[in-house]
Amino acid sequence: MKGIVDAALRCAGTAKVVTIRIEVGRLAGVAVEALRFGFAVCTRDTTLDGASLDIVEIAARMRCRACGHEADVDTWCSGCACGSFDRDVVSGQELRIKDLEVLDVS
Amino acid sequence: MCRECGCGRATEHHHAGDEHHPHDHGRPVRRVAVEENLLANNDRLAGEVRHRLDHEGIAAFNLIGSPGSGKTTLLEQTIRSLGTGVAISVLEGDQATDRDAQRIAASGCRVVQINTGAGCHLDASMVDRGLDLLQPPPRSLLFVENVGNLVCPALFDVGERAKVVVMSVTEGEDKPLKYPHVFRAASAMVLTKADLIPHLAVDVGECIANARRINPHLVVFLVAALRGDGLDEWCAWLRLHLS
Repeated sequence: MKGIVDAALRCAGTAKVVTIRIEVGRLAGVAVEALRFGFAVCTRDTTLDGASLDIVEIAARMRCRACGHEADVDTWCSGCACGSFDRDVVSGQELRIKDLEVLDVS
Repeated sequence: MCRECGCGRATEHHHAGDEHHPHDHGRPVRRVAVEENLLANNDRLAGEVRHRLDHEGIAAFNLIGSPGSGKTTLLEQTIRSLGTGVAISVLEGDQATDRDAQRIAASGCRVVQINTGAGCHLDASMVDRGLDLLQPPPRSLLFVENVGNLVCPALFDVGERAKVVVMSVTEGEDKPLKYPHVFRAASAMVLTKADLIPHLAVDVGECIANARRINPHLVVFLVAALRGDGLDEWCAWLRLHLS
């Protein structure tokens, strides 16, 4: 959470941060509700107070090492249609600050 | 205040799609790219720790498991089993007390206790500071016993060579399915308290199969640390990392 606040303040410079957009993969292991709660607590009475947190969920997708088939998955343990469980994660582990919307303070 | 852009207008006004919220009050909202991993600071420091350990030939293992899974007993018996031929040091993570550090010290190896207070996992900065105190010798094994927790430690790289998930057979065969992240992140799983299997309804084969549905490359050791079963295989795997 400190990472979000630090990065937002650093990248915004003197501008006011309006929105912080975060990408969270479905396999990232992070509870979105906990992020929201932590954000509200950590930004209270700071220059980020009032900024909104825009959380974009990224679908989880895996590629089978046995047959090469790629598919969206819901969990770590959903196997490939060919029967293999040996798969690489293509997407879904993101935990990234994408960008900010800022308002220049004149 | 407009909730969408933060401007001072009390009334609702139009924000169109991707046009960076054109406003009728003359102050455009602009988008600033960040593209930064939330755990970037931790991962950067973990990389430095890994580099430092690799440079000195120190193989570090991050032991992750529930409270009471048998991590400390496994370590005590591992230290005994590896004998004096291998230099071993230990970073102990717990919310409170230095009980585990005392147990490890009694086994005769270097140990530093890290207390996290309210924290539920070790991160790279804690391990970095712990290593400054511990000063593990070159060409040695280092064990980081994480805070007892099957969830959060899975997400935090501390610069280890490998994560090892420690799970006791009493925890039940479904734990890999219920707490998949750590089983995916780990290179090896040690199933402890194997001597209790005759007294339990647990299906160990099913437990291992579940873990390998998450991570087919997981190396599995079935160990009864107090009785010594399985320690030779586990210790042989550890020695592989010393070469």
